Amino acid sequence: MLWRLPYHFGRYLMMLWQAFSVPENYRMYWKETVRQMYDIGIGSLVIVALISVFIGAVSGLQFVYQLDGQLIPMYYIGYIVRDLAIIELSPTFTNLVLSGKVGSNMTSEIGGMRQKEHIDAMEIMGLNTAAYLVLPRTIAALAVIPLLVAVSAILAIAGGYVATVLPGELSHTDYVRGLRTFYNPYNIQMMFVKSYVFAFILSTVSCYQGYYVKSGSVNLGKASTQAVVYSNILILLADYLLVVLLTSD
Amino acid sequence: MVRIEDIYKSFGDTEVLKGISLTFEKGKTNLIIGRSGAGKTVLLKTLVGLIMPTSGTVWYDDTNFTQLDKKSLREVRMNIGMLFQGSALFDSMNVEENIRFPMDMFKKMTPGEKQKRVDYCLEVVGLEGVNKKYPSEISGGMKKRVGIARAIVLDPDYLFCDEPNSGLDPKTSLLVDELILEITRNNNTTTIINTHDMNSVMGIGENIALLHQGKVAWQGDKDHIIDSDNELLQSFIFASPFLRELKEKAYGH
Repeated sequence: MLWRLPYHFGRYLMMLWQAFSVPENYRMYWKETVRQMYDIGIGSLVIVALISVFIGAVSGLQFVYQLDGQLIPMYYIGYIVRDLAIIELSPTFTNLVLSGKVGSNMTSEIGGMRQKEHIDAMEIMGLNTAAYLVLPRTIAALAVIPLLVAVSAILAIAGGYVATVLPGELSHTDYVRGLRTFYNPYNIQMMFVKSYVFAFILSTVSCYQGYYVKSGSVNLGKASTQAVVYSNILILLADYLLVVLLTSD
Repeated sequence: MVRIEDIYKSFGDTEVLKGISLTFEKGKTNLIIGRSGAGKTVLLKTLVGLIMPTSGTVWYDDTNFTQLDKKSLREVRMNIGMLFQGSALFDSMNVEENIRFPMDMFKKMTPGEKQKRVDYCLEVVGLEGVNKKYPSEISGGMKKRVGIARAIVLDPDYLFCDEPNSGLDPKTSLLVDELILEITRNNNTTTIINTHDMNSVMGIGENIALLHQGKVAWQGDKDHIIDSDNELLQSFIFASPFLRELKEKAYGH
Protein backbone atom coordinates (compact mmCIF):
# COMPACT_ATOMS: atom_id res chain seq x y z
CA MET A 1 0.00 0.00 0.00
CA LEU A 2 2.76 2.43 0.98
CA TRP A 3 4.54 2.09 -2.35
CA ARG A 4 1.44 3.55 -4.05
CA LEU A 5 1.49 6.62 -1.81
CA PRO A 6 3.47 8.85 -4.24
CA TYR A 7 1.04 7.86 -7.02
CA HIS A 8 -2.02 8.81 -4.94
CA PHE A 9 -0.39 11.99 -3.65
CA GLY A 10 0.51 13.06 -7.19
CA ARG A 11 -3.01 12.34 -8.45
CA TYR A 12 -4.48 14.17 -5.45
CA LEU A 13 -2.38 17.24 -6.26
CA MET A 14 -3.42 17.06 -9.92
CA MET A 15 -7.08 16.91 -8.90
CA LEU A 16 -6.59 19.96 -6.68
CA TRP A 17 -4.80 21.79 -9.49
CA GLN A 18 -7.80 21.16 -11.75
CA ALA A 19 -10.28 21.92 -8.99
CA PHE A 20 -8.89 25.32 -8.06
CA SER A 21 -9.41 26.92 -11.44
CA VAL A 22 -11.75 29.62 -12.69
CA PRO A 23 -15.37 28.40 -12.56
CA GLU A 24 -17.34 28.26 -15.82
CA ASN A 25 -20.30 29.91 -14.17
CA TYR A 26 -20.01 31.56 -10.73
CA ARG A 27 -23.75 31.45 -10.04
CA MET A 28 -23.96 27.68 -10.55
CA TYR A 29 -20.90 27.07 -8.39
CA TRP A 30 -22.32 29.32 -5.67
CA LYS A 31 -25.65 27.44 -5.80
CA GLU A 32 -23.81 24.15 -5.33
CA THR A 33 -21.67 25.65 -2.54
CA VAL A 34 -24.78 26.81 -0.66
CA ARG A 35 -26.34 23.34 -1.02
CA GLN A 36 -23.19 21.79 0.40
CA MET A 37 -23.00 24.35 3.21
CA TYR A 38 -26.54 23.47 4.20
CA ASP A 39 -25.80 19.72 4.08
CA ILE A 40 -22.61 20.04 6.11
CA GLY A 41 -23.85 22.69 8.55
CA ILE A 42 -27.47 21.94 9.32
CA GLY A 43 -27.05 18.23 8.64
CA SER A 44 -24.25 17.90 11.19
CA LEU A 45 -25.45 20.28 13.88
CA VAL A 46 -27.22 17.67 16.04
CA ILE A 47 -24.38 15.15 16.11
CA VAL A 48 -21.77 17.87 16.74
CA ALA A 49 -23.88 19.36 19.54
CA LEU A 50 -24.45 15.99 21.16
CA ILE A 51 -20.79 15.02 21.09
CA SER A 52 -19.63 18.43 22.29
CA VAL A 53 -21.95 18.53 25.30
CA PHE A 54 -20.79 15.09 26.38
CA ILE A 55 -17.10 15.87 25.80
CA GLY A 56 -17.43 18.93 28.04
CA ALA A 57 -19.49 17.08 30.63
CA VAL A 58 -17.11 14.13 30.85
CA SER A 59 -14.04 16.38 30.92
CA GLY A 60 -15.56 18.41 33.75
CA LEU A 61 -16.43 15.35 35.81
CA GLN A 62 -13.06 13.71 35.19
CA PHE A 63 -11.25 16.77 36.49
CA VAL A 64 -13.54 17.06 39.50
CA TYR A 65 -12.50 13.50 40.30
CA GLN A 66 -8.80 14.18 39.59
CA LEU A 67 -8.55 17.42 41.55
CA ASP A 68 -10.74 16.45 44.48
CA GLY A 69 -8.69 16.65 47.69
CA GLN A 70 -5.69 18.19 45.91
CA LEU A 71 -4.20 21.56 46.63
CA ILE A 72 -5.12 22.83 43.19
CA PRO A 73 -8.06 25.27 43.41
CA MET A 74 -11.36 23.81 42.14
CA TYR A 75 -12.07 26.81 39.90
CA TYR A 76 -9.27 25.47 37.68
CA ILE A 77 -11.85 22.99 36.36
CA GLY A 78 -13.60 25.73 34.39
CA TYR A 79 -10.24 26.86 33.01
CA ILE A 80 -9.23 23.31 32.06
CA VAL A 81 -12.55 22.47 30.38
CA ARG A 82 -12.46 25.75 28.44
CA ASP A 83 -8.94 25.34 27.11
CA LEU A 84 -9.30 21.63 26.48
CA ALA A 85 -12.42 22.31 24.40
CA ILE A 86 -11.01 25.29 22.52
CA ILE A 87 -7.50 24.06 21.82
CA GLU A 88 -7.96 20.36 21.32
CA LEU A 89 -11.23 18.54 21.80
CA SER A 90 -13.60 20.68 19.74
CA PRO A 91 -11.49 21.10 16.59
CA THR A 92 -10.14 17.56 16.58
CA PHE A 93 -13.19 15.60 17.77
CA THR A 94 -15.58 17.58 15.59
CA ASN A 95 -13.48 16.96 12.49
CA LEU A 96 -12.92 13.30 13.28
CA VAL A 97 -16.67 12.88 13.64
CA LEU A 98 -17.38 14.95 10.53
CA SER A 99 -14.95 12.90 8.46
CA GLY A 100 -17.21 9.94 9.26
CA LYS A 101 -20.41 11.76 8.51
CA VAL A 102 -19.66 14.49 5.95
CA GLY A 103 -16.53 12.92 4.42
CA SER A 104 -18.03 9.53 3.73
CA ASN A 105 -21.13 11.27 2.36
CA MET A 106 -18.98 13.30 -0.06
CA THR A 107 -17.18 10.15 -1.20
CA SER A 108 -20.43 8.22 -1.72
CA GLU A 109 -22.09 11.10 -3.57
CA ILE A 110 -19.19 11.79 -5.95
CA GLY A 111 -18.37 8.07 -6.26
CA GLY A 112 -22.00 7.31 -7.11
CA MET A 113 -21.89 10.04 -9.75
CA ARG A 114 -18.74 8.49 -11.20
CA GLN A 115 -20.28 5.03 -11.30
CA LYS A 116 -23.58 6.20 -12.78
CA GLU A 117 -21.74 8.12 -15.52
CA HIS A 118 -22.89 11.50 -14.20
CA ILE A 119 -19.30 12.73 -14.22
CA ASP A 120 -18.82 11.50 -17.79
CA ALA A 121 -22.02 13.33 -18.75
CA MET A 122 -20.67 16.56 -17.23
CA GLU A 123 -17.29 16.07 -18.95
CA ILE A 124 -19.03 15.74 -22.30
CA MET A 125 -21.00 18.91 -21.64
CA GLY A 126 -17.60 20.60 -21.41
CA LEU A 127 -17.55 21.06 -17.65
CA ASN A 128 -14.40 20.98 -15.52
CA THR A 129 -15.78 18.22 -13.30
CA ALA A 130 -12.98 18.32 -10.73
CA ALA A 131 -13.73 22.00 -10.18
CA TYR A 132 -17.51 21.63 -10.09
CA LEU A 133 -17.47 18.68 -7.71
CA VAL A 134 -14.51 19.49 -5.47
CA LEU A 135 -14.39 23.29 -5.23
CA PRO A 136 -17.92 23.93 -3.83
CA ARG A 137 -17.53 21.11 -1.30
CA THR A 138 -14.15 22.39 -0.15
CA ILE A 139 -15.34 26.00 0.12
CA ALA A 140 -18.49 24.86 1.95
CA ALA A 141 -16.41 22.79 4.37
CA LEU A 142 -14.00 25.69 4.96
CA ALA A 143 -16.90 28.06 5.60
CA VAL A 144 -19.05 25.85 7.80
CA ILE A 145 -16.77 23.50 9.74
CA PRO A 146 -14.94 26.27 11.68
CA LEU A 147 -18.36 27.59 12.72
CA LEU A 148 -19.38 24.12 13.85
CA VAL A 149 -16.14 23.89 15.81
CA ALA A 150 -16.87 27.24 17.49
CA VAL A 151 -20.38 26.03 18.38
CA SER A 152 -18.85 22.79 19.62
CA ALA A 153 -16.45 24.67 21.94
CA ILE A 154 -19.30 26.73 23.41
CA LEU A 155 -21.44 23.63 23.93
CA ALA A 156 -18.55 21.68 25.47
CA ILE A 157 -18.04 24.47 28.00
CA ALA A 158 -21.79 24.48 28.66
CA GLY A 159 -21.70 20.67 29.01
CA GLY A 160 -18.93 20.99 31.60
CA TYR A 161 -21.07 23.49 33.50
CA VAL A 162 -24.14 21.25 33.44
CA ALA A 163 -22.21 18.18 34.59
CA THR A 164 -20.27 19.87 37.40
CA VAL A 165 -22.33 22.81 38.67
CA LEU A 166 -25.86 21.39 38.51
CA PRO A 167 -25.13 18.27 40.64
CA GLY A 168 -23.28 20.54 43.10
CA GLU A 169 -19.73 19.25 42.45
CA LEU A 170 -18.61 22.81 41.84
CA SER A 171 -20.17 26.20 42.51
CA HIS A 172 -21.38 28.45 39.72
CA THR A 173 -18.91 31.13 40.85
CA ASP A 174 -15.96 28.72 40.74
CA TYR A 175 -16.78 27.45 37.25
CA VAL A 176 -17.27 30.95 35.83
CA ARG A 177 -14.15 32.19 37.59
CA GLY A 178 -12.26 29.32 36.00
CA LEU A 179 -13.59 30.25 32.57
CA ARG A 180 -12.29 33.80 33.09
CA THR A 181 -8.89 32.75 34.36
CA PHE A 182 -5.72 32.74 32.19
CA TYR A 183 -7.72 33.55 29.07
CA ASN A 184 -5.49 33.76 26.00
CA PRO A 185 -7.15 34.92 22.75
CA TYR A 186 -4.37 33.16 20.80
CA ASN A 187 -6.05 29.85 21.70
CA ILE A 188 -9.09 30.89 19.67
CA GLN A 189 -6.83 31.58 16.71
CA MET A 190 -5.27 28.17 17.18
CA MET A 191 -8.73 26.59 17.20
CA PHE A 192 -9.65 28.25 13.92
CA VAL A 193 -6.31 27.45 12.25
CA LYS A 194 -6.79 23.80 13.19
CA SER A 195 -10.40 23.86 11.98
CA TYR A 196 -9.47 25.24 8.57
CA VAL A 197 -6.64 22.76 8.05
CA PHE A 198 -8.76 19.80 9.19
CA ALA A 199 -11.74 20.91 7.07
CA PHE A 200 -9.50 21.14 4.01
CA ILE A 201 -8.05 17.68 4.62
CA LEU A 202 -11.47 16.14 5.30
CA SER A 203 -13.18 17.58 2.22
CA THR A 204 -10.41 17.14 -0.35
CA VAL A 205 -9.40 13.63 0.73
CA SER A 206 -13.05 12.52 0.67
CA CYS A 207 -13.63 14.12 -2.74
CA TYR A 208 -10.47 12.44 -4.05
CA GLN A 209 -11.64 9.01 -2.91
CA GLY A 210 -15.02 9.52 -4.60
CA TYR A 211 -13.71 11.12 -7.78
CA TYR A 212 -11.42 8.21 -8.65
CA VAL A 213 -13.62 5.36 -7.43
CA LYS A 214 -13.68 2.22 -9.58
CA SER A 215 -16.92 0.58 -10.68
CA GLY A 216 -18.95 -1.62 -8.36
CA SER A 217 -20.66 -1.17 -5.00
CA VAL A 218 -17.82 -2.97 -3.20
CA ASN A 219 -15.35 -0.35 -4.45
CA LEU A 220 -17.69 2.47 -3.46
CA GLY A 221 -17.96 1.08 0.06
CA LYS A 222 -14.20 0.65 0.19
CA ALA A 223 -13.66 4.23 -1.00
CA SER A 224 -15.99 5.60 1.70
CA THR A 225 -14.13 3.66 4.38
CA GLN A 226 -10.77 4.77 3.02
CA ALA A 227 -11.95 8.38 2.97
CA VAL A 228 -12.74 8.21 6.69
CA VAL A 229 -9.58 6.29 7.63
CA TYR A 230 -7.19 8.46 5.60
CA SER A 231 -8.88 11.70 6.68
CA ASN A 232 -8.62 10.65 10.33
CA ILE A 233 -4.97 9.68 10.04
CA LEU A 234 -4.11 12.92 8.25
CA ILE A 235 -6.13 15.02 10.72
CA LEU A 236 -4.30 13.45 13.67
CA LEU A 237 -0.96 13.91 11.95
CA ALA A 238 -1.78 17.53 11.09
CA ASP A 239 -2.98 18.06 14.67
CA TYR A 240 0.40 17.03 16.02
CA LEU A 241 2.31 19.17 13.50
CA LEU A 242 0.08 22.18 14.13
CA VAL A 243 0.51 21.91 17.89
CA VAL A 244 4.29 21.76 17.42
CA LEU A 245 4.22 24.75 15.08
CA LEU A 246 1.68 26.89 16.90
CA THR A 247 2.97 26.39 20.42
CA SER A 248 6.71 26.67 19.75
CA ASP A 249 8.36 29.95 20.80
CA MET B 1 -18.95 14.46 -39.87
CA VAL B 2 -16.76 12.45 -37.52
CA ARG B 3 -13.84 10.48 -38.91
CA ILE B 4 -11.47 8.13 -37.12
CA GLU B 5 -8.17 6.96 -38.54
CA ASP B 6 -6.30 3.88 -37.44
CA ILE B 7 -7.46 3.93 -33.82
CA TYR B 8 -5.66 1.58 -31.43
CA LYS B 9 -6.45 1.30 -27.75
CA SER B 10 -4.85 -1.00 -25.22
CA PHE B 11 -5.46 -1.50 -21.51
CA GLY B 12 -2.27 -3.02 -20.17
CA ASP B 13 -1.55 -6.05 -22.33
CA THR B 14 -5.09 -6.23 -23.70
CA GLU B 15 -5.57 -4.60 -27.07
CA VAL B 16 -9.23 -3.63 -27.35
CA LEU B 17 -9.26 -1.56 -30.55
CA LYS B 18 -7.00 -2.74 -33.35
CA GLY B 19 -6.64 -0.14 -36.07
CA ILE B 20 -10.19 1.07 -36.62
CA SER B 21 -10.87 3.58 -39.40
CA LEU B 22 -14.43 4.76 -39.96
CA THR B 23 -16.39 7.75 -41.20
CA PHE B 24 -19.64 8.75 -39.49
CA GLU B 25 -21.71 10.89 -41.80
CA LYS B 26 -23.63 14.06 -41.06
CA GLY B 27 -27.43 13.85 -41.08
CA LYS B 28 -27.33 10.06 -40.81
CA THR B 29 -27.79 7.55 -38.02
CA ASN B 30 -24.43 5.80 -37.78
CA LEU B 31 -24.57 2.55 -35.84
CA ILE B 32 -21.72 0.71 -34.14
CA ILE B 33 -22.81 -2.86 -33.53
CA GLY B 34 -21.12 -5.96 -32.25
CA ARG B 35 -21.14 -8.59 -29.54
CA SER B 36 -20.43 -7.74 -25.92
CA GLY B 37 -16.69 -7.19 -25.51
CA ALA B 38 -16.18 -6.28 -29.16
CA GLY B 39 -14.96 -2.80 -28.18
CA LYS B 40 -18.09 -0.72 -28.96
CA THR B 41 -18.19 1.22 -25.69
CA VAL B 42 -14.43 1.80 -25.72
CA LEU B 43 -14.74 3.12 -29.28
CA LEU B 44 -17.64 5.42 -28.34
CA LYS B 45 -15.80 6.74 -25.29
CA THR B 46 -12.70 7.26 -27.45
CA LEU B 47 -14.80 9.24 -29.92
CA VAL B 48 -15.97 11.68 -27.24
CA GLY B 49 -12.58 11.86 -25.54
CA LEU B 50 -13.47 10.08 -22.29
CA ILE B 51 -10.77 7.56 -23.21
CA MET B 52 -7.66 8.65 -25.10
CA PRO B 53 -6.55 6.28 -27.88
CA THR B 54 -3.13 4.63 -27.69
CA SER B 55 -2.63 5.81 -31.26
CA GLY B 56 -4.72 7.11 -34.14
CA THR B 57 -6.72 10.25 -34.82
CA VAL B 58 -10.31 11.38 -34.27
CA TRP B 59 -11.51 14.18 -36.53
CA TYR B 60 -14.57 16.34 -35.89
CA ASP B 61 -15.00 17.87 -39.34
CA ASP B 62 -11.61 19.58 -39.77
CA THR B 63 -10.62 19.56 -36.09
CA ASN B 64 -8.13 17.00 -34.86
CA PHE B 65 -9.94 16.06 -31.63
CA THR B 66 -7.11 13.91 -30.28
CA GLN B 67 -4.62 16.78 -30.26
CA LEU B 68 -6.71 19.45 -28.57
CA ASP B 69 -5.70 21.07 -25.31
CA LYS B 70 -8.20 20.94 -22.44
CA LYS B 71 -9.74 24.32 -23.22
CA SER B 72 -10.31 23.59 -26.91
CA LEU B 73 -11.53 20.09 -26.04
CA ARG B 74 -14.22 21.63 -23.81
CA GLU B 75 -15.26 23.98 -26.60
CA VAL B 76 -15.74 21.08 -29.03
CA ARG B 77 -17.55 19.08 -26.38
CA MET B 78 -20.10 21.84 -25.93
CA ASN B 79 -21.18 20.92 -29.44
CA ILE B 80 -21.66 17.27 -28.46
CA GLY B 81 -24.79 15.75 -26.96
CA MET B 82 -24.68 12.31 -25.42
CA LEU B 83 -27.31 9.89 -24.23
CA PHE B 84 -25.88 7.43 -21.72
CA GLN B 85 -26.89 3.82 -21.25
CA GLY B 86 -28.27 4.57 -17.78
CA SER B 87 -29.44 8.06 -18.85
CA ALA B 88 -27.05 9.66 -16.29
CA LEU B 89 -29.65 12.13 -15.03
CA PHE B 90 -28.54 14.03 -11.93
CA ASP B 91 -30.50 12.66 -8.96
CA SER B 92 -30.48 15.92 -7.00
CA MET B 93 -32.17 17.84 -9.83
CA ASN B 94 -35.65 17.51 -11.27
CA VAL B 95 -36.32 16.89 -14.97
CA GLU B 96 -36.39 20.59 -15.82
CA GLU B 97 -33.17 21.36 -13.92
CA ASN B 98 -31.47 18.39 -15.58
CA ILE B 99 -32.34 19.64 -19.05
CA ARG B 100 -31.53 23.24 -18.16
CA PHE B 101 -28.16 22.36 -16.60
CA PRO B 102 -25.99 22.81 -19.76
CA MET B 103 -27.73 26.14 -20.48
CA ASP B 104 -27.33 27.33 -16.89
CA MET B 105 -23.67 26.45 -17.03
CA PHE B 106 -22.65 27.76 -20.42
CA LYS B 107 -25.27 30.01 -22.00
CA LYS B 108 -26.12 33.61 -21.31
CA MET B 109 -29.87 33.36 -21.72
CA THR B 110 -32.75 34.87 -19.79
CA PRO B 111 -34.76 32.54 -17.53
CA GLY B 112 -37.68 32.90 -19.94
CA GLU B 113 -35.58 31.83 -22.93
CA LYS B 114 -34.25 28.84 -20.98
CA GLN B 115 -37.75 27.83 -19.94
CA LYS B 116 -38.92 28.04 -23.55
CA ARG B 117 -36.04 25.83 -24.68
CA VAL B 118 -36.68 23.28 -21.91
CA ASP B 119 -40.37 23.13 -22.83
CA TYR B 120 -39.48 22.75 -26.51
CA CYS B 121 -37.05 19.89 -25.81
CA LEU B 122 -39.61 18.13 -23.61
CA GLU B 123 -42.16 18.55 -26.38
CA VAL B 124 -39.74 17.03 -28.92
CA VAL B 125 -39.34 13.93 -26.74
CA GLY B 126 -43.07 13.85 -25.95
CA LEU B 127 -42.78 14.49 -22.24
CA GLU B 128 -44.67 17.72 -21.62
CA GLY B 129 -45.66 18.29 -18.02
CA VAL B 130 -43.05 16.20 -16.22
CA ASN B 131 -40.84 19.24 -15.53
CA LYS B 132 -40.95 19.01 -11.76
CA LYS B 133 -40.55 15.26 -11.38
CA TYR B 134 -37.28 13.82 -10.10
CA PRO B 135 -35.42 11.01 -11.95
CA SER B 136 -36.45 8.57 -9.21
CA GLU B 137 -40.11 9.30 -9.97
CA ILE B 138 -40.09 8.48 -13.69
CA SER B 139 -39.81 5.22 -15.68
CA GLY B 140 -36.72 3.95 -17.53
CA GLY B 141 -38.16 4.93 -20.91
CA MET B 142 -38.95 8.43 -19.67
CA LYS B 143 -35.43 8.75 -18.26
CA LYS B 144 -34.02 7.90 -21.71
CA ARG B 145 -36.21 10.55 -23.29
CA VAL B 146 -35.22 13.13 -20.70
CA GLY B 147 -31.61 12.11 -21.42
CA ILE B 148 -32.24 12.81 -25.11
CA ALA B 149 -33.85 16.16 -24.26
CA ARG B 150 -30.78 17.13 -22.23
CA ALA B 151 -28.46 15.93 -25.02
CA ILE B 152 -30.14 18.15 -27.62
CA VAL B 153 -30.78 21.21 -25.47
CA LEU B 154 -27.71 23.08 -26.76
CA ASP B 155 -28.60 22.06 -30.33
CA PRO B 156 -25.43 20.00 -30.85
CA ASP B 157 -23.93 19.05 -34.20
CA TYR B 158 -22.93 15.63 -32.87
CA LEU B 159 -25.20 13.25 -31.01
CA PHE B 160 -23.84 10.10 -29.35
CA CYS B 161 -26.10 7.39 -27.93
CA ASP B 162 -24.75 4.54 -25.84
CA GLU B 163 -27.17 1.60 -25.93
CA PRO B 164 -30.29 3.80 -26.17
CA ASN B 165 -32.63 0.80 -26.10
CA SER B 166 -31.15 -1.21 -23.28
CA GLY B 167 -33.68 -2.09 -20.61
CA LEU B 168 -36.64 -0.83 -22.64
CA ASP B 169 -39.69 -2.74 -23.85
CA PRO B 170 -39.94 -3.14 -27.68
CA LYS B 171 -42.55 -0.40 -28.07
CA THR B 172 -40.66 2.22 -26.04
CA SER B 173 -37.50 1.09 -27.77
CA LEU B 174 -39.09 1.84 -31.14
CA LEU B 175 -40.22 5.23 -29.86
CA VAL B 176 -36.68 6.12 -28.78
CA ASP B 177 -35.30 5.00 -32.17
CA GLU B 178 -37.86 7.10 -34.04
CA LEU B 179 -37.02 10.06 -31.85
CA ILE B 180 -33.30 9.76 -32.53
CA LEU B 181 -33.95 9.43 -36.27
CA GLU B 182 -36.24 12.47 -36.24
CA ILE B 183 -33.69 14.59 -34.36
CA THR B 184 -30.95 13.48 -36.76
CA ARG B 185 -33.06 14.47 -39.77
CA ASN B 186 -34.43 17.75 -38.40
CA ASN B 187 -31.19 19.02 -36.83
CA ASN B 188 -28.87 17.49 -39.43
CA THR B 189 -26.71 16.04 -36.66
CA THR B 190 -23.96 13.46 -36.97
CA THR B 191 -25.54 10.74 -34.86
CA ILE B 192 -23.49 7.82 -33.63
CA ILE B 193 -25.29 4.99 -31.85
CA ASN B 194 -23.75 2.10 -30.04
CA THR B 195 -26.25 -0.76 -29.95
CA HIS B 196 -26.89 -4.47 -30.18
CA ASP B 197 -30.62 -4.08 -30.58
CA MET B 198 -31.59 -5.78 -33.84
CA ASN B 199 -34.75 -3.71 -34.24
CA SER B 200 -32.63 -0.54 -34.19
CA VAL B 201 -30.19 -2.01 -36.68
CA MET B 202 -32.94 -2.95 -39.12
CA GLY B 203 -35.01 0.17 -38.40
CA ILE B 204 -32.62 3.12 -38.37
CA GLY B 205 -29.26 1.72 -39.51
CA GLU B 206 -28.20 4.09 -42.26
CA ASN B 207 -24.49 3.53 -41.83
CA ILE B 208 -23.57 0.43 -39.84
CA ALA B 209 -20.18 -0.78 -38.66
CA LEU B 210 -19.88 -4.25 -37.17
CA LEU B 211 -17.04 -4.58 -34.68
CA HIS B 212 -15.50 -7.95 -33.98
CA GLN B 213 -12.54 -8.43 -31.66
CA GLY B 214 -11.54 -4.79 -31.95
CA LYS B 215 -11.68 -4.60 -35.74
CA VAL B 216 -14.30 -3.51 -38.27
CA ALA B 217 -15.72 -6.76 -39.64
CA TRP B 218 -18.38 -5.27 -41.90
CA GLN B 219 -19.71 -1.90 -42.98
CA GLY B 220 -22.86 -0.99 -44.87
CA ASP B 221 -26.48 0.01 -44.40
CA LYS B 222 -29.57 -1.88 -43.25
CA ASP B 223 -30.65 -2.64 -46.84
CA HIS B 224 -27.47 -4.64 -47.46
CA ILE B 225 -27.67 -6.82 -44.37
CA ILE B 226 -29.98 -9.51 -45.72
CA ASP B 227 -27.94 -10.09 -48.86
CA SER B 228 -24.54 -9.85 -47.26
CA ASP B 229 -22.49 -13.02 -47.27
CA ASN B 230 -20.45 -11.87 -44.29
CA GLU B 231 -20.74 -14.77 -41.86
CA LEU B 232 -19.96 -12.71 -38.78
CA LEU B 233 -22.72 -10.26 -39.66
CA GLN B 234 -25.26 -13.00 -40.39
CA SER B 235 -24.47 -14.90 -37.21
CA PHE B 236 -24.71 -11.68 -35.19
CA ILE B 237 -27.92 -10.29 -36.68
CA PHE B 238 -29.73 -13.59 -36.97
CA ALA B 239 -28.44 -15.12 -33.77
CA SER B 240 -31.88 -16.16 -32.55
CA PRO B 241 -33.51 -19.27 -34.12
CA PHE B 242 -36.74 -17.30 -34.41
CA LEU B 243 -35.13 -14.60 -36.58
CA ARG B 244 -33.27 -17.21 -38.65
CA GLU B 245 -36.56 -18.99 -39.32
CA LEU B 246 -38.27 -15.73 -40.24
CA LYS B 247 -35.46 -14.84 -42.63
CA GLU B 248 -35.59 -18.24 -44.31
CA LYS B 249 -39.34 -17.99 -44.73
CA ALA B 250 -39.16 -14.48 -46.15
CA TYR B 251 -36.05 -14.75 -48.32
CA GLY B 252 -35.57 -18.48 -48.76
CA HIS B 253 -31.93 -18.41 -47.56
